[in-house]
Amino acid sequence: MGVKNIMIVGVGGQGTLLTSRILGNLAIHAGFDVKLSEVHGMAQRGGSVVTFVRYGEEVAEPIVEEGCADVLIAFERLEALRYLHFLKKDGVVIVNDWRIDPITVVTGAAQYPENILDTLQASRKTIVVEATEKAKELGAPRAFNVVVLGAAARYMGFAKEDWLHVIEVTVPPKTVEVNKRAFEAGFIKDPVK
Amino acid sequence: MAEKMILLGNEAIARGAYEAGVKVSAAYPGTPSTEISEAIAKYKEVYAEWSPNEKVAAEVAIGASMAGVRSMCSMKHVGVNVAADPLFTAAYAGVGGGMVVVAADDPGMYSSQNEQDSRMVARSAMIPVLEPSDSSEAKEFMKFAFDLSEKYDTPVMVRSTTRLSHSQGIVELEERTEKEPFPYERNTEKYVMMPANAIKRHLVVEQRMKNLAADADTLPLNRAEYRDLSVGFITSGIPYQYVREAMPKASVLKLGMVHPLPRKLIEEFAAKVERLYIFEELEPVIEEQVKSWGILKAVGKELFTVQGEYSANMIRQRVPECGKRGQPEVSGETARGRQGDSTALLAPAKVPARPPILCPGCPHRSVYSVLNRLKLHAAGDIGCYTLGAVPPLSVVDTTICMGSSISTLHGMEKARGKEYIRNWVAVIGDSTFMHTGINSLMNMVYNQSCGTVVILDNSTTGMTGHQDHAATGRTLMGEVVPAINITKLCRSLGIEHVYEISAFDLEGLEEAFRRETHRDAVSVIITKAPCVLLKGVSFPDKCVPISEKCKKCGACLRPGCPALTKNEDGTVSIDETMCNGCGLCMKLCRFDAIEVQPR
Repeated sequence: MGVKNIMIVGVGGQGTLLTSRILGNLAIHAGFDVKLSEVHGMAQRGGSVVTFVRYGEEVAEPIVEEGCADVLIAFERLEALRYLHFLKKDGVVIVNDWRIDPITVVTGAAQYPENILDTLQASRKTIVVEATEKAKELGAPRAFNVVVLGAAARYMGFAKEDWLHVIEVTVPPKTVEVNKRAFEAGFIKDPVK
Repeated sequence: MAEKMILLGNEAIARGAYEAGVKVSAAYPGTPSTEISEAIAKYKEVYAEWSPNEKVAAEVAIGASMAGVRSMCSMKHVGVNVAADPLFTAAYAGVGGGMVVVAADDPGMYSSQNEQDSRMVARSAMIPVLEPSDSSEAKEFMKFAFDLSEKYDTPVMVRSTTRLSHSQGIVELEERTEKEPFPYERNTEKYVMMPANAIKRHLVVEQRMKNLAADADTLPLNRAEYRDLSVGFITSGIPYQYVREAMPKASVLKLGMVHPLPRKLIEEFAAKVERLYIFEELEPVIEEQVKSWGILKAVGKELFTVQGEYSANMIRQRVPECGKRGQPEVSGETARGRQGDSTALLAPAKVPARPPILCPGCPHRSVYSVLNRLKLHAAGDIGCYTLGAVPPLSVVDTTICMGSSISTLHGMEKARGKEYIRNWVAVIGDSTFMHTGINSLMNMVYNQSCGTVVILDNSTTGMTGHQDHAATGRTLMGEVVPAINITKLCRSLGIEHVYEISAFDLEGLEEAFRRETHRDAVSVIITKAPCVLLKGVSFPDKCVPISEKCKKCGACLRPGCPALTKNEDGTVSIDETMCNGCGLCMKLCRFDAIEVQPR
């Protein structure tokens, strides 16, 4: 296979780093070369954050470039729209149906765009996940990111057992069970809107 | 088979130092270099510390090297400036045990106040520079750097960038090689840099750089990869990956050592390729030297910028041969995965920016909300609290570098007198105060300034991800130690008016700011509350809006807490998953329309 290009985007603090770590370990587990690139420091403080994951036989650059992503995993609607142009023509966006107002909207300097999901659907294949709601049902609202990952798993070509194994060895021991259930919630129930 | 792991560039740098037998590591945290120290502290064989600043860290490494062991210091690019004084002269003195300086640059300024190029500093300091281009090389180059340091009797810089430091790649782990310390021999001509000795050492440095330059031509880290000879790139570091990605058939001269340059190798490469590009992020360090040798066909900054990060797309868009020759050849290429064609690009959507902001429950927001209400200006400093410059808080007016807030305020007072700064304060974090702020405060006392210094004490180095410092009572290696008491430290300088106030005591803060800004003396207000993200800090409560009581005045929204959203009807929602229950919004509501409830 060629190199698979995955992007995980969201708002600083939503857990993009943990999610990408799961995916990175999974790629190694499957015997691929893999590179990840992430954002630390100031940008992480509630700002727009993006993590790149690339895996395949041999990976050169660690970033995914505009128009080249196979899968865009978005933890928030506006962030999905912000990075939509990174997707290939036949790429897929998996978006958490959740809104977090940026400070520019809170202060009234900008408007939160209307109908983001329609805009996404009009230009690229779009999977909408009620991940935050599902995670709340599981009693672990912060595990929504792994619910989204579960929904995205179908587009990355690894077996479910491998996902669950890698989650087990990657997330903090105390959270293994809840993260596995979160993954299943995204994966099995096939929450396609 | 050797164990393979996926490591951050920074973790790989730490691993390389560990395998090379490093004994002492010193650093001050700074994005993108911080994780190097955090990773190295996990190896029991290594002594690792947070020093108060980069100058101290460099001197610790110098001392350890003089004592005969392998040592390192790591810092972000602007930290290299702080450490420049010892580093420039350490180049004269040379080393005992191998000494490596890791400098992490930040092209694109993800978390920095400038975009300077550490290679320029190393050139003027006459220190050789190695530049790896992925995690695997980061580990290897560190080991090589220690050998090089001992072979040529010089400190060696390993230069990283954000994209290397914060990318992860596969690394093969090897065993650590323990090094016996070199025996100490008193050698004042080498280690006492007074003029009579330094004059002689300068000659040694010049000769050393000439030797290194000559040997650079055969150094294994510098590698000519001859493929299609019609296009060639001279490159190093992360940009090498972009060249391989965009034009996998092009010839590449990959420089592992970027100072001094391998002149013969470069001349040979330049002669063999038809079109020659020099692809280096930030300053034209390689390009200017190459052109000064008369290789005028080289094309560099005519096409590529000195700002920001590079990419493979930059080559696809700006190198004419890429479209014609690079892309069609690629179709048969399987070994290296290249990214798809970018012809079917969507235009970027026009969306509101999402800049970084202070976290929900951040104590800085509380302090700033008071400064904002009192219409006070703040001379700012480096840390999360620099974010107080942007709306809606808009309190911070100036920020230059670590420790500058206090001296900037002092300069204003000396320029325009004490009445001029009645509506000013200096704001500085606890870690930044310990870094270099303390010197500036001494200066205010000594030179009889008046002015109010606010130390935003959140018990950690927040921005870089919660590192300890001299006033937290814990070391990098996890030892519990006596914490330096900031209040007593300030008092010991002879400052009479030093006050500690909770960062969430709005009335107390207001009273103190009003009182102290009108005092004809230096005063220090230490606002205390731990960073909300600090391990062990828990928030049992949450803020809940009572919409029936809401008068829609918007007072709660004014400090810009991201957990609060204004509803269409003018009332307010509070996101339970984001709220940390600090109660700032409740205190600002005059109609009791927000309650703090247990979670």
